[in-house]
Order: sequence, then C-alpha cells, then structure tokens
Amino acid sequence: MPNILMPALSPTMEEGKLAKWLKKEGEAVKAGDVIAEIETDKATMEVEAVDEGVLSKILVPEGAENVKVNTPIGFIAVDGEAEAPSAQVDVVPEPAQPAAPAPQAPPKPSAQPKAPAPAEAEYPADAPMVAMTVREALRDAMAEEMRRDDSVFVMGEEVAEYQGAYKVTQGLLQEFGPKRVVDTPITEHGFTGVGVGAAMAGLRPIVEFMTFNFSMQAIDQIVNSAAKTLYMSGGQMGAPIVFRGPNGAAARVAAQHSQDFAAWYSHIPGLKVVAPYTAADAKGLLKAAIRDPNPVVFLENEILYGQSFDVPRIDDFVLPIGKARIARRGEHVTLVSWSIGMTYAHKAAELLAEEGIEAEIVDLRTIRPMDVETIVRSVMKTGRCVTIEEGWPQSGVGAEIAARLMVDAFDYLDAPVLRVTGKDTPMPYAANLEKLALPSAAEVVEAARAVLYR
Amino acid sequence: MAASNKTRAGRRDPGSTADEKAAPRAPDGSDPIGPIAPAPFTREEDLRAYRDMLLIRRFEEKAGQMYGMGLIGGFCHLYIGQEAVVVGVDMAARPGDQVITSYRDHGHMLACGMDPKGVMAELTGRRGGLSKGKGGSMHMFSREKNFYGGHGIVGAQVSLGTGLGFANWYRGNDSVSLVYFGDGASNQGQVYESFNMAELWKLPVVYIVENNRYAMGTSVTRSSALTDFSKRGASFNIPGRQVDGMDVRAVKAAADAALAWCRRGAGPIILEMQTYRYRGHSMSDPAKYRSKEEVQKMREEHDPIEQVRVRLLAAGVTEAELKKIDAGARAIVSEAAEFATQNPEPDPSELMTDILL
Ligand SMILES: Cc1ncc(C[n+]2csc(CCOP(=O)(O)OP(=O)(O)O)c2C)c(N)n1
Ligand SMILES: [Mg+2]
Repeated sequence: MPNILMPALSPTMEEGKLAKWLKKEGEAVKAGDVIAEIETDKATMEVEAVDEGVLSKILVPEGAENVKVNTPIGFIAVDGEAEAPSAQVDVVPEPAQPAAPAPQAPPKPSAQPKAPAPAEAEYPADAPMVAMTVREALRDAMAEEMRRDDSVFVMGEEVAEYQGAYKVTQGLLQEFGPKRVVDTPITEHGFTGVGVGAAMAGLRPIVEFMTFNFSMQAIDQIVNSAAKTLYMSGGQMGAPIVFRGPNGAAARVAAQHSQDFAAWYSHIPGLKVVAPYTAADAKGLLKAAIRDPNPVVFLENEILYGQSFDVPRIDDFVLPIGKARIARRGEHVTLVSWSIGMTYAHKAAELLAEEGIEAEIVDLRTIRPMDVETIVRSVMKTGRCVTIEEGWPQSGVGAEIAARLMVDAFDYLDAPVLRVTGKDTPMPYAANLEKLALPSAAEVVEAARAVLYR
Repeated sequence: MAASNKTRAGRRDPGSTADEKAAPRAPDGSDPIGPIAPAPFTREEDLRAYRDMLLIRRFEEKAGQMYGMGLIGGFCHLYIGQEAVVVGVDMAARPGDQVITSYRDHGHMLACGMDPKGVMAELTGRRGGLSKGKGGSMHMFSREKNFYGGHGIVGAQVSLGTGLGFANWYRGNDSVSLVYFGDGASNQGQVYESFNMAELWKLPVVYIVENNRYAMGTSVTRSSALTDFSKRGASFNIPGRQVDGMDVRAVKAAADAALAWCRRGAGPIILEMQTYRYRGHSMSDPAKYRSKEEVQKMREEHDPIEQVRVRLLAAGVTEAELKKIDAGARAIVSEAAEFATQNPEPDPSELMTDILL
C-alpha cells in the first residue's frame, strides 16, 4: 500500500508533472524533507515527507507528465518496518467510497466553435494565430505596453519577486526591474490610493489585486477618488489607471474569497469595467485599458488563466472597450454572458443544438459602457434572451440587461428575459453546496427552453 | 459618561471628552509594564504544553495529507512551527477571554478546546463540521469556546477583535480579547485605526503579532519599514514586547503579564511573537523565497515541541511516556480524520439557510 500520493497543491490543481525526485530509492527521509518536485501550470512546488522512514519504492518516474492528483507515486517504509504499513503507521484511510466529489471546477469550455468574424473585423482574416493561455496573454499585454510607454508600471502584492500570486506578472520584474514592477505590503487601501495619486500626476499604474475580493479594502479609493476626480475637477484631471486581478469564484475558497464584482463596479459612473473570456480578448482589451485615459476595472478569472485560445499574432493588437462579440450565431434564443459565464453559455448552446435549438451567444466583454446595441440586434432576431453570470441576482448585470431590453427591444421580445445567476447566498465551502451555488449549463438550458415555451 | 457605570480606573468612556490620562505609567515615563521574567515551567505545565502542541502538530500533518488526497479543498494554511504561540497564550488565558485570528486558525481552535472532529470535518466540508461544512478551513467559530473566527481578509480580525475588547469594556467584565494577526497583516491601515481607538478608550485587548517572518512570499524586511512589531503601537502610546515565540514558557510569561495589564484597566498591549512557519503559506506555495537550509535550521534548533521534549526527558520523564503522549495525539487525529471522511456532506437545503435570522 503506497503512502505517497500525487498531492493536490492548489485549489484548482487536477494533475501535474512529477518533475524531480530529490530522494533515491532506499534513501532515509525525515519528516519535512523535500522528497520530490511537482510542476503545475502555475509553479513548481515541493512535496515534503510527513513521516520518517525509508523511501522504499518510487512508483512514478521523474519527468512523468499529467500525473493525476491522488495517483500513488511512491512508498515510505516507516521505522524500518516492512513495506506494508502497520496499523500504527499514520495513513489516512482512503474514503470508503467517493464520499465527496473531487473539488468541482466549473466546466471547462468545450471545443470552441470557430467564432464568426465580428461585424467589423478586429484583425485581418489571414492574421497568423498562436495558441496561448489567458495568463500569457495578460502578461504579454502588460509587457508590450510597458515597452511602449515608460510611464506604465505594475504594483501589487507579490507581483515582482514571487512572479505574481497567480503568475500573471511572470518575468516582468526581470525585464523591467523593481522600479516598474513594485511589490507592495498588504495594504490595499493605501497602495490603491498611491496608485490613483500617481495616475493623477500622469503616470499609468496597473494596480493588481491579488484577487478582487481584496479590492473591497480599497473600493473607496476606486469609487471616490479614481472614478470621480475627472468630474469633480471639471475635466482638469483624471486618473488613467487599471485595476486588475482575478474576480469571482475559484474552487472551494469559500465565502470571503469567491465574490463577483462585475455588478458592483458596473454601477459606478466614471469607471470602465472589462471582463474578457478568451485570451485574444484578454490581450487586446488589457492593452486598450492601459492606454485608456480613464480608470478601468479589469476583471479576470482564475479558472480561465490556464485555458488556451488562439490569439492573432499581429503588431499592436488592441481591441475596443465597449464592444460585445458574437461568439456563436443562432436564431432561436440569445444568450448573453462574459468571462467565466461564457463556459456555461457555450456548453448550453451545444446541449440546445442537440434539441434543434440554435442559440446565439453574445460575449459582452465590457460591462461598462455596455454594448446594448449588439444585444438588441441579436434579440431583434431571436426574440428571446437569457443572461448568465456567476454573481448574485439582485441588481446584477443581468438585471441591467433585462431593464435595457425592456426599453430598447420591448416590441421584439417574445418572452420575459430570464437570468441565470449565482444563488442568492454567500459562497459555501462544501463541495456539493458550492456546485449548487454556481450556475450550470443545465440551468441555462432550462431557462432557454422556458423563454421558448418548450 | 452615560453608558458605563462600571468604568474602572484608567478606562475612558468612548465618546467622553475627559482629558484624564489615567494609564498607570511609570512616573519617570519609562516602560510601564516592567520586565517580563521568563518563568520556568513545572513538570505538569511542560507536560500540558507538550500534549497540546503535539496535538496541533499531528492534526496539521494529517490535514496536509488529506489536502494532498483531495479530501480538503480550497485554501488550507497550516500552523506547523508556530504551536508554542497559541498554546502558551492559552495557558495564560482565562475562560471568558475571547480569541480571534486569521485563516491560519486550526491551531487556535484546538488550543481553545474546540473538538478536533468538528474542525477536521469542517476542513473536509461535511455536515458535522463546526460551520456545518459551509465555512471551510478559513472560517470556523465557536460561541461556546469564545472563538470568533477564522477570517480570510488580512487584517479584518484586528478591528473585530478590538470590538470584542470594546464589548468587555462596555459590560465592565474582566475578560480580555486576544487578537492574533500576522506580520503581513500588521501593515493594514485598520490595524492602526484600531490601535488608536483601543488606547484612546483603554480597551482590554492583547494584540498578538505572529511574526513568522513571511507574508506569503514577502519577508518582513521587504514589506515593513519598521520590523520591530512590538513598537508598532508607539505613536499611540501602546506598550509592546518582543517574545521568543518558539519557547512556550516565554510566551506564557508574556501573556500572563499582558493579561494582567489589560485586566487592571491599563488598556491594550502588543506582543510580537517571533515564530516561524515550516510549511508553505498555503498548500500551493512554491517556496522559492527562502532557502531550505533556513527552514531546516529552525526545525532543528528552535522547534517548540522538541524544546519541551528535551526538558521533560531531563526531568526524568521516560521516552515511553512521551511516546504514549504522541500515540494519544495520533489517535485523536486519526479519529477526527475518520469522522471527517465518513461524515456526509451537508444537506442541499443548507445552501439557503443561515443567511438572515
Ligand atoms: C485584504 C487581503 N489582502 C490579501 C490577501 C491575500 N493573502 C492571504 S494571506 C496573505 C499573507 C498574510 O501574511 P501574514 O499576515 O504574515 O500571515 P501568515 O500567513 O504569515 O500567517 C495574503 C497576502 C487577503 N486574504 N486579504
Ligand atoms: Mg506572516
């Protein structure tokens, strides 16, 4: 019975590479010794021995890729005992049956239907495409803008030496140095104010929140200082600043670390709010946000960081803030979403297609200013609309979309707009409850059927 | 002076404009608390400290294993290396004193006497967990044990803990609020807003900075202009002490003095516990910010449990007796793990309960 299992080392880890064994078979280990190194898409991490004994067997050789969490990788014989651990050995009993479902990450996007070219092409149709993760796209966007404009700098917790808590700023310190890639103490309210002040003085800060949950410490400076200064100064001075970081639920991080701020910031005049889904949008829109003379809240998503998409390889790929994207064409029902919500929309569209229902998906990309025109144009065709977001229902972005459609597309609507949202409760920790708290493709399908009266 | 008829010497009414400065300061303005003598432990005290610290160590090792197996999810911050801090303070505290801390909270809960089964079942997100599986590793509470959480937002517990002290002051009782926070948390603005109010109103609060030298990957020298955390109350006139947080006797002696200070109405006090975490910040920590040698050296030369073990052996306690204590801790932890694995998940109806009363 092997007692070293491939460990899960982060909330979202499902598999990893067994990069290196630091102990050989037959070697003695003490509790706390590092016995192996594991690589995930985020980082290299160390596996420590918990018990004292002898590494009697290595079951997975170093260099092995895609080793699933919980695969036996080796065995430590404790106290010179034989290989089978005695009753005394502290081995956690394997769960009798899968008592708890493995930490449930929201569904991965399925093979993405080739997005129809946007009405006005955002890049040449023959542009070479390169696959990259959202994480890489964001990093590249920052690096390109920092090369282009030396008033652009990044500040936040763990952005420099640690290379970003989620590795989004990887390599920036090495290229741009500590003056432009600034590690801050844990003082969100303070460093956000420092960032806004620097922006008022003409610099272009990118303020990273380790996650947007912590932006609540700083929301006063974002709302009262960044968003309102242009107005209060009669147009004399604004704050060209980007607030960015992962927003919304990750996996099993519970009530205080799972909040979606799309609706919160979208409430505020004087802010722009961007929430991309694909790597191309992440790159093009982050570059636009950095160049924008206004404060931009740029909402990323931890679960999307590791996902790959095609990104056009062209010089200076900048996308317009405030323009939605038709992500899938269809004529029966319009699904509107953004960021991680798009994964539910795509999944649902496929399920609906099996029933002969063709959904059109609008990827909003920017929450404020909202591209109502694109939504209305789609609804003029389909007559029905379902919005999808992980945030809470009351005063959510979906509520705003429904209100706008009631005014701007009333005559085209054949059914009330329905919202699929996160449940109206703080995020629970338990795996089964968390799953229930988040939206699902099934709920989207159900809502689509309802607006089609099927 | 409307609300309080029980205001004791030195305590000022919140909202009062009275100009009295009644803190019992030494007449020459020197250190008001005086030196804290490190008190030797009796054999019984050492045995208790050993047992309590070992339980935390074994519990955390098991939690780490269970995280690796996917039985625990999300963020999970282990307390291994810091055990002497909560155990020493708990040995000095009285029933009624409140405890509040950050997300690195398993040790605090065990030291408060919260049921290891309930803690472990919360880590696995089961209905028998202390928060019915809804809070997880970072969010557990116990009204019964006066444990006020388990907070995920760095620094938030400092104001909350000051509020617990305010409630003691308001009620005129003798309880003290024990507020734990990290070296990293010490840089949050609300810490200083709280310090000011606590001293202004002479609230009974012991601010316990668990200086484990790192906030995630940032060492204190990279985050803090003043790395002597015992002086962080200086501009508010709050006294402070640096304490060897790896020596449970030093911790208890400092906590004794601090609690006495608070109980006689002298206001808040800061204890900087110099400690060390052996494991990563959370389970997903690449640990590139410190050397393996640094960690190994702390483990080998300053381990809080080993220090007590050596003392006990010197005092004539046998290896066999110590092994028995360890076996006892392991048995409690195994039972907790077993429970936390077998206990069912919360009923789906729990999703929408406990939102409002
Ligand atoms: C307001 C806020 N900012 C950032 C974080 C992310 N974060 C969690 S723990 C941590 C480090 C805290 O370090 P310290 O206070 O020294 O406590 P330790 O983890 O060492 O116990 C950070 C930055 C958070 N949870 N809350
Ligand atoms: Mg720390």
